[in-house]
Amino acid sequence: MIDFDYVRANDLGDALSQITKHQAAKFIAGGTNLIDLMKEDVEQPTRLIDITELPLNEIHETQTGGLKIGALVPNSNLAYDERITQRYPLLSSAILAGASPQLRNMASTGGNLLQRTRCLYFYDTATPCNKRRPGSGCGAMEGFNRMNAILGWSNSCIAVHPSDMCVALSALEAVVHVMGPKGDRAIRSVDFHRLPGDMPEIDTNLARDEIITAIELPSEEFSRNYSYLKIRDRLSYAFALVSVAAALRIEAGAITCARIALGGVAHKPWRAPDAEQSLEGKQPSREAFVEAADIILQGAVGFDHNRFKIELARRSIVRALEQAAAGTPQSQSVKVIV
Amino acid sequence: MSVGTNSIGKPVSRVDGPAKVTGRAKYAAEFSAPALAYGFVVSSVVAKGRIQSIDRSAALAVPGVIEVLAHDNRPSLPSSHEKYTDQVAAPGSPFRPLYNDEILFSGQPVALVIAEEPEIARFAAGLVEIKYEAEATITELDTQIDKAFEPPEKRAPDWDPPARGDVESALSRAPTHIRKEYRTPVEHHNPMETFGSTAVWENDGRLTVYDKTQGAPNCQEYLCNVFGLTKDKVRVLSPYVGGAFGVGLRPNYQLFMAALAAIGLKRSVRVTLTRQQMFTLGYRPQTIQTLTLGAENDGRLVAVRHDAIANTSRFEDYQEPTVVWSGALYPCDDSALTSSLARLDLFTPCDMRAPGGAVGMYALESAMDELSYAVGVDPLELRLKNYSERDQNQNRPISSKALKDCYLQGAERFGWSKRRPEPRSMREGRELIGYGMATGIWSAFFVPTSARAILAPDGTMEIACATADIGTGTYTILAQIGAEMLGLPLDKVIVRIGDSDLPSAPVEGGSWTAASAGSAVMEACNGIRKELLKRASAINNSPLQGVDAADVTMVDGQIRVKSDPSRAMPLSEVMVSLKEPIRSEVSAAPDERALEEYSHYAHSAVFAEVRLDEELGMLRVARVVSAVAAGRILNPKTAKSQILGAVVGGIGMALHEETVIDHRYGRFMNHNLAEYHVPVHADVHAIDVIFVDEQEHRLNPLGVKGVGEIGIVGTAAAIANAVFHATGVRVRDLPITIDKLLELRQPTSNHAA
Repeated sequence: MIDFDYVRANDLGDALSQITKHQAAKFIAGGTNLIDLMKEDVEQPTRLIDITELPLNEIHETQTGGLKIGALVPNSNLAYDERITQRYPLLSSAILAGASPQLRNMASTGGNLLQRTRCLYFYDTATPCNKRRPGSGCGAMEGFNRMNAILGWSNSCIAVHPSDMCVALSALEAVVHVMGPKGDRAIRSVDFHRLPGDMPEIDTNLARDEIITAIELPSEEFSRNYSYLKIRDRLSYAFALVSVAAALRIEAGAITCARIALGGVAHKPWRAPDAEQSLEGKQPSREAFVEAADIILQGAVGFDHNRFKIELARRSIVRALEQAAAGTPQSQSVKVIV
Repeated sequence: MSVGTNSIGKPVSRVDGPAKVTGRAKYAAEFSAPALAYGFVVSSVVAKGRIQSIDRSAALAVPGVIEVLAHDNRPSLPSSHEKYTDQVAAPGSPFRPLYNDEILFSGQPVALVIAEEPEIARFAAGLVEIKYEAEATITELDTQIDKAFEPPEKRAPDWDPPARGDVESALSRAPTHIRKEYRTPVEHHNPMETFGSTAVWENDGRLTVYDKTQGAPNCQEYLCNVFGLTKDKVRVLSPYVGGAFGVGLRPNYQLFMAALAAIGLKRSVRVTLTRQQMFTLGYRPQTIQTLTLGAENDGRLVAVRHDAIANTSRFEDYQEPTVVWSGALYPCDDSALTSSLARLDLFTPCDMRAPGGAVGMYALESAMDELSYAVGVDPLELRLKNYSERDQNQNRPISSKALKDCYLQGAERFGWSKRRPEPRSMREGRELIGYGMATGIWSAFFVPTSARAILAPDGTMEIACATADIGTGTYTILAQIGAEMLGLPLDKVIVRIGDSDLPSAPVEGGSWTAASAGSAVMEACNGIRKELLKRASAINNSPLQGVDAADVTMVDGQIRVKSDPSRAMPLSEVMVSLKEPIRSEVSAAPDERALEEYSHYAHSAVFAEVRLDEELGMLRVARVVSAVAAGRILNPKTAKSQILGAVVGGIGMALHEETVIDHRYGRFMNHNLAEYHVPVHADVHAIDVIFVDEQEHRLNPLGVKGVGEIGIVGTAAAIANAVFHATGVRVRDLPITIDKLLELRQPTSNHAA
């Protein structure tokens, strides 16, 4: 762990000017991931800019019928907010599938988007990792890669994005509002995280001198036919082997809109528009869901320890869609799978 | 003198509970001292090779850094490995921290940065530049099977008893055979409290060390041997220990580091380890075990063969009793039990809750389950058919064995009779349901232990013994024994333990503490009783004159004649005549003849129900019933907690725990509690504990067998057997994870016939 300064940002302008001034500075909110990474010398910011006093902790209605969630709303507040539990239960369910109550109390909504991978090699500075030390190689590819990617990986990185919340945000097609020295901009959640390519050190399309101010949920809520199914090595407090956020709009017995996002399988929450389109116009059925799962996993390639995730993902997609179609979403407190 | 039931056997809450929940209980790294300095350990990033150079200039340039100690500038240390041994050491050459440039395992401590503040030490530790000359490592047990050897020096007798009969010919005659390989991975203990030592440099050159250890006297001896000090110069204390599970049995390197720095700097130093560094300490070794059973068609065993290979380090031959149970538990005339070791470039393994028993009984009880299907006999019925009153390894009777009651009461409570025999035959909704059971067995020990009791004129009694309470309830049961013996209220008994200055005790482990420290305390209190009776008899007109000590009870503050309860005297009346405290110190030791004439075991029967979503491989242990026979239960509440915790450990062993090694780097990779999985609340459901009545009269005066380990033995097998019953899939490689369950869904020879 390195020596670092700690300062508090007074307002958004102050936060932005501080991050611009100090190249090795980082924002800190809940710190539930950053502090761990600092202890392990994976992250070595020389300055922490505490943004927890910024006025970004409220949830507002938008003019288009959606919700705008301040970046500093704690994960637990968000998960239990009545507007979220009633209108966007998929998001609430995904948040509650992650971490522990203590972590969710500390973690911020914006920070959740910026969680870094849990790849064992990223976390261990004694081993190579292109994400942590570009050019040093990928320790996971021929190492212990049980938790690693089966989709969208590159020869330089097979890490996966660890968040549950972001999988739901991707399915809901949320928009991330950010502020930077050049002004405000909006990034679609599906474009927020990126694939590793040959620059795995860059997790997201957020610029270093930008700050997340809010997450906007569109009016489409999927409050009736949804499920967040997370499969993991123990029944709580473990990262996903595979998770599925499934959301369906069903009208007159036919699917008119389908969203399927996968967690634990790629460097970003994984969406497959062609699979979603394959469901549109069809009646919900196991056959249709299997077909969609097959489309999603067409290009999946696993490694020594994680090939099972391809079949596990297939089954999980089918089950999550069945749960969504039946209106019997996976409970995050009762672990029996329906 | 007999023991009544005024305090012993009552489910009293922990006497140290309030101190623990209010934070008054101080742990090793919470003690302070004037001018305390802080050490942070630099860990090797290579697993084998040599240190070429150490550049400490950047670290030393940090304001507040006092010193960077490594092999090239440390104070003088003995070269003889023997000086680094301890009471629990395995045969071989114990690790000498900071001794030379040789790297023996990944994470080996190679330097200690000492600074004015812990943050400075940690920061500067990252600036110490060490160049290594790395060599290729071997850490994969599978590649070393042909190099496995029988250790020339045994760690303990009786752990691999000689073959009896002719197992091969018995196997060839037996109509039914089971021969299967079972595997268990490396596991780390991971107590909540990480290791820490605060070495207080006293101005007169003495060293007082607060250490996280299961044996303060063991650590005191170690420090004396390593640093050439006499015992009066070193005192080690471990008043509270936040869990240990065996990893605190041997002195760990943070103790060495803190003492070395304190001696070198003549200043108090604290060294604590990070969670990641906890994975550089001892661990449960990996095992590959082959179980061969031969049986008659009705399931009666005729031959048992158990061959186990476990890993050890390059420098010590760590051994644990893995195969002995397979010859002891069930009757059979022909058996062969072998244990061998393979060397890997890892640190030496160490005892972890029920060392050997937890893994060996997983293999035996899995094989027994496989046999039950092969011969078509209910698993419980199979155990009853093979019930033995004798320990055949030793060819002698067992002092007490209420295992049959464990089987019957456990089965009744669990509802075993509702089990349908065929695999995959029980289902509810999407979930397959499986019932499995297994036997547990663990040695009951009584090891020489000393204790002291001092009864003060104000009616309070202090009990002192160097043993430790690692969360097990030692404080509480020793207080109960004291209260029982003198008829005092529990709050009048003060227990002092975890201090090398106190009457000597062995390390707290092996499930022997309740029996051993308990017996010593009982004997010490007996001394107080005799003296009290003598004083009471001497009082004018005493109703106790001429009474035999054996005819006296002390209950509720009264000294009373058993044969004539009208003759009694309040304890307080004797106390007012006391000018000075009454003191009694004893060394309790077992009757060697009784130890040799009988075998001594605690037993259990474990029943588990699992529920599994077959398509997704999601598995949960819905219920466990653990029925335990362990002699007298001193405190049903703390004893039950021991079994509950051990069953949770067994769930972890069955489904979660595994430290994975990247063989390219010879390094444990999942070295944190996010990736090293232990069960969390969601994984733990109903656990029912039964203590069956068992009268033990020979092992020790208290009739106690100890319950620290028996709860984990058999639990993993019961769960694995339930998984087979639910699914028809036999996973013989722990932990049973989703990938193993899913892959085995394809038809393979592992499927039930």
